[in-house]
Amino acid sequence: MTLIAATATAAHATAAQATAAHTAATTAAGGTHGFLSPTGVEIAFLLVGLATFGAALVTVSTRQLVHAALWLVVALGGLAIEYLLLTAEFIAWVQVLIYVGSVVVLLLFGLMLTRAPIGRSPDADSGNRWAALTVAVAAAAALVWVVVDAFRTTWIDLGGPAAGSTAVTGASLFQNWVLPFEALSVLLLAALVGAIVLSRKAKAEMSSPPVNSRAATGSSPSVPDSRNHPIEGNSPAEQEGAR
Amino acid sequence: MTDALDVTLRLLIVFVVFLTFPLVVGQTEHKVMAHMQGRLGPMYAGGFHGWAQLVADGVKFAQKEDVVPAGADRRIFQLAPAVALLPYLLVLLAIPIGPGEGAVGQVLDAGIFFVLAVMGVGVLGSLMAGWASANKFSLLGGLRTAAQLLAYELPMLLAAASVAMAAGTVSLPGILDAFHWWWLPWQIVGAIVFFVAGLAELQRPPFDMPVADSEIIFGAYTEYTGLRFALFLLAEYAGIIVLCGLTTVLFLGGWHGPWGADGLGWVWTLLKTAVLAFVVIWLRVTYPRLREDQLQKLSWTLLVPLSLAQIALTGIVKVVIS
Repeated sequence: MTLIAATATAAHATAAQATAAHTAATTAAGGTHGFLSPTGVEIAFLLVGLATFGAALVTVSTRQLVHAALWLVVALGGLAIEYLLLTAEFIAWVQVLIYVGSVVVLLLFGLMLTRAPIGRSPDADSGNRWAALTVAVAAAAALVWVVVDAFRTTWIDLGGPAAGSTAVTGASLFQNWVLPFEALSVLLLAALVGAIVLSRKAKAEMSSPPVNSRAATGSSPSVPDSRNHPIEGNSPAEQEGAR
Repeated sequence: MTDALDVTLRLLIVFVVFLTFPLVVGQTEHKVMAHMQGRLGPMYAGGFHGWAQLVADGVKFAQKEDVVPAGADRRIFQLAPAVALLPYLLVLLAIPIGPGEGAVGQVLDAGIFFVLAVMGVGVLGSLMAGWASANKFSLLGGLRTAAQLLAYELPMLLAAASVAMAAGTVSLPGILDAFHWWWLPWQIVGAIVFFVAGLAELQRPPFDMPVADSEIIFGAYTEYTGLRFALFLLAEYAGIIVLCGLTTVLFLGGWHGPWGADGLGWVWTLLKTAVLAFVVIWLRVTYPRLREDQLQKLSWTLLVPLSLAQIALTGIVKVVIS
């Protein structure tokens, strides 16, 4: 459960940072390129960026846990729209599919399993607020600096063929970036193995029934890993029989 | 100005389809279920075989009081039906019903990703409803919905990926352009996995554990009344249209048919979609509800390996024929 909370916090922080980077990058672009003749796309990009930034701020500052997760949906969706405006259609839909469709659903699942009170959570406030803020600002500054420095003179031709279509993305991913791509899959594999090891360890230690009522709900058959926590008096043999 | 007119017309057509087709499926479900169970179903509303039953139901829903429980999270509770319904409207835009650009709301470069991504967002509506209702049954229903989505999203994606590999494109019209009749036996496993996973994602029987009315009294929708409840029902039936349309386009060749493919392509698409919708209703009447652990088991131990096997088969055949 701490793991879930940690993941949630990390997700919030990442979203806030990424959004901050995006907004800053937008501002920089607007200042040099489209200052005299801002096109409709640039204006839309700026407005969506502001909305995304606002949603990210609310995500980390709201006192209501589930609201934070839902504002995260808005922030991640806003990022997807930004990708779309930059003609990276494939990335935009993958962003929606992975982050909005799966990560946030997982987050909400975790929240509902542990605690998701309606109304304010007094303990949602962290004592590490200033440290977190420092880290977030530093990370955002680093990202903005890197992005601005790397793409200073690169302009996307919005009128021409899409620079981020599936074919272009796939070609560049599997021609120029194969090594990072494969390294990432190894990382994911490591995470997968780690998760299995952790859950098996928990099984060995979990001989006594959980105290928390919500946790008891969690070990009901509605959870994928219910096999790890068979309910007392309901042996696998009985389950087979019922089937 | 013709551009604006064109866009408006397309949006209007998609919107009308979105409002009428789910009602047609709903009415068919009433009648088909009734006849399969030796009943007549609705017979009075509208005169001829109760054709206006769902219109009457709509009027009834509109008249009911819109209740929000005292302990509920008001805004989220009221927002949830819209979040559940709107994704299906968006997906409908991308499904091509005939050849050429004239028969699809909007041609998308990464059509498969768009439809699957947006369909996944619809489940957020059920989650929001389940949490915001301040009701144990609703929360349980929301949890089960989330668990079900997480389990069935993967085989659905893998099955769709298999077709994309076969066609060499992720655009829906592109896949249909590349379709040959022998894809049907080649991709049949993927088709079944996709259809079953889609049914589970829609929480249709036999995968309706999250909304089981006799066990957790309609899960996430327990506290909903009136129009908002009707919107959830509409989302379910719009979901059936979308799922059947997608299965038709991805696996059954869409507008291709044994004859009359030029000009009458859209008839083939609609016909195949209608047959699949009938199968959805048929399954509801035929199979008992799966228990929650059986649900998870079916996905992780059967559908995921099957879809992986289908991808391997697709890859092998693709390498051999190229």
